[in-house]
Amino acid sequence: MAEKRILLKNCEVIDPRDIDTYLDRDGFKALAKARDEMTPEETIGEVKTSGLRGRGGAGFPCGAKWELARKAQGDEKFLICNADEGEVGTFKDRYIMENDPFTLVEGMGIAAYAIGAKTAYIYLRAEYHFLLDVLNSAIDQAKEKGFLEHLDIHIREGAGSYICGEESALMDSIEGKRGEARFRPPFPPTRGLWGKPTIINNVETLMNIPQIILNGAEWYSKLGTEQSKGTKVFSVSGDVERPGIYEMVLGCELKELVIDLAGAKNVKMAQVGGAAGKVIPYSMIDIALSYETVLGSGAVTVLDESRDTIDFVYRTMEFFAEESCGKCAPCREGTEVMVEILGRLAVGDGAEEDIQALEDLSNVMMLSSLCGLGQAAPIPVLDTLKHFRNDYENRISQSVFLRSLRGINS
Amino acid sequence: MSENEKKPLVDEREREKLLAILEDAQGKLGYLPEGFIANTAHSLGLSISEIYGVSTFYSFLSTRPLGKNVIRICKSVPCYLKNSRMIIESIQKELGITPGETTPDGRFSFELTNCIGACDKAPAMLVNDDVHGTLTPDKIPEVLRACV
Ligand SMILES: Cc1cc2nc3c(=O)[nH]c(=O)nc-3n(C[C@H](O)[C@H](O)[C@H](O)COP(=O)(O)O)c2cc1C
Ligand code: SF4
Ligand code: FES
Repeated sequence: MAEKRILLKNCEVIDPRDIDTYLDRDGFKALAKARDEMTPEETIGEVKTSGLRGRGGAGFPCGAKWELARKAQGDEKFLICNADEGEVGTFKDRYIMENDPFTLVEGMGIAAYAIGAKTAYIYLRAEYHFLLDVLNSAIDQAKEKGFLEHLDIHIREGAGSYICGEESALMDSIEGKRGEARFRPPFPPTRGLWGKPTIINNVETLMNIPQIILNGAEWYSKLGTEQSKGTKVFSVSGDVERPGIYEMVLGCELKELVIDLAGAKNVKMAQVGGAAGKVIPYSMIDIALSYETVLGSGAVTVLDESRDTIDFVYRTMEFFAEESCGKCAPCREGTEVMVEILGRLAVGDGAEEDIQALEDLSNVMMLSSLCGLGQAAPIPVLDTLKHFRNDYENRISQSVFLRSLRGINS
Repeated sequence: MSENEKKPLVDEREREKLLAILEDAQGKLGYLPEGFIANTAHSLGLSISEIYGVSTFYSFLSTRPLGKNVIRICKSVPCYLKNSRMIIESIQKELGITPGETTPDGRFSFELTNCIGACDKAPAMLVNDDVHGTLTPDKIPEVLRACV
């Protein structure tokens, strides 16, 4: 299966600074169709039928979420585009905004119409400050052409924080607070920004909307697998010859992506979904990429045979320890303790009981952390313990042996 | 959460400006001085500790003076696989400071950061707002020279 550019059809084709080049390629026809020919309920129905699920990582059905916000009581509702893209190894949203900000604006226009929001925000990570101009210009041009009469789009910049990509922390950040995850329920579609019904969608999710409205849910739902419809934009990095962005129909094989397209050789493992993603060993390289199997944000980082498993997991855990917002103890303390253990293992100072400790901690964190960060942080540990247990055991027996040579017990 | 419910909504909404105010000051002053934090707290009707709490939460905000140019080298796994350590070492050598420090002339601050979304151009770094990718140690002196 080759690449299939549906969402990215305009990327590197249009001029992201010139709305006319977008209009030449059916730009804003989907928004006109929704507003002129469809009710908000019909628009939501179309998205529901399409089977579109969130592309930000969690994969929640998009239409069902919108319906909750549409039906929620409230005179004021909000739409937020999540452009925080902090997940390690993910750069698809950057690529999209750099190359085709118009489809995003159009998708937001349709989403806002469907849920009944008059105000929308794009929450842009601080690291993407260089995209501010192109986004503002796209919004301004769309406004000038009269496409945004129903909607005000504001850009809010983050200030350097991974957890602010998590939807409840993101809303706190927009409200001018520390970005810490909220207790849920209530969920954002009923009580979000300033307690008002709010829909938060990833950049890539919103990119799908114009295609679905224009070509129909039936066309869309023919692409992909039973529970994973449409295409997905993958960000491929690490030990590959051609790192970059690839759009594939969902259900394609990991092998096609990393070996055939990106040119990986001597693959040891691939982590799919960023730092919190699942670790797939080479023996499973023909696994399908879908919500049923493995997907996440679509970040794929490849490690070849020269790489050290424990060093990799240690660095990944360091990321979580640094980015934990600190609100709940299992994550705040758990990530620190994991860094300590993995750090010792990495430098050859492990002990027999370390594996058990890592497993116990993982279970506690997954069960009792408040948000997705702490719940998912143990995934790379557990996955490598499953697929590369030998690496841990060998490292520990070496450590024990070396200590015995130095005359220190165990 | 309960705090949310107690306060009148109008006041809460005022707070929306806070991050932008802090980011703006960070850009202009290079850091968030104590006096500025106190004034901002006063004008928004919030406590100083609230503003301080926000100021210290975000990695792009700083309560100590930063250099005119802030270099942030990515240390996350995809860049690490592409030898980001060599870039870190060569910046250290060129500037004579370690991560978290500022040069005595106040021209450069140097920090390590997590993924900046440029992994297709690993190893990558931010110099102020600009991304520099596919770095090699021999490119570093040139990038630094271009900073005023
Ligand atoms: C720690 C953490 C970080 C996240 N970071 C992002 C992010 O950078 N971008 C994003 O779109 N979603 C991120 N998410 C997922 C959001 O919470 C939310 O599910 C998503 O924005 C919903 O949009 P979607 O349904 O369109 O995917 C993150 C979640 C967690 C737990
Ligand atoms: S799990 Fe981690 S990031 Fe999430 S609320 Fe708890 S401490 Fe914060
Ligand atoms: S890991 Fe360095 S830019 Fe993503």
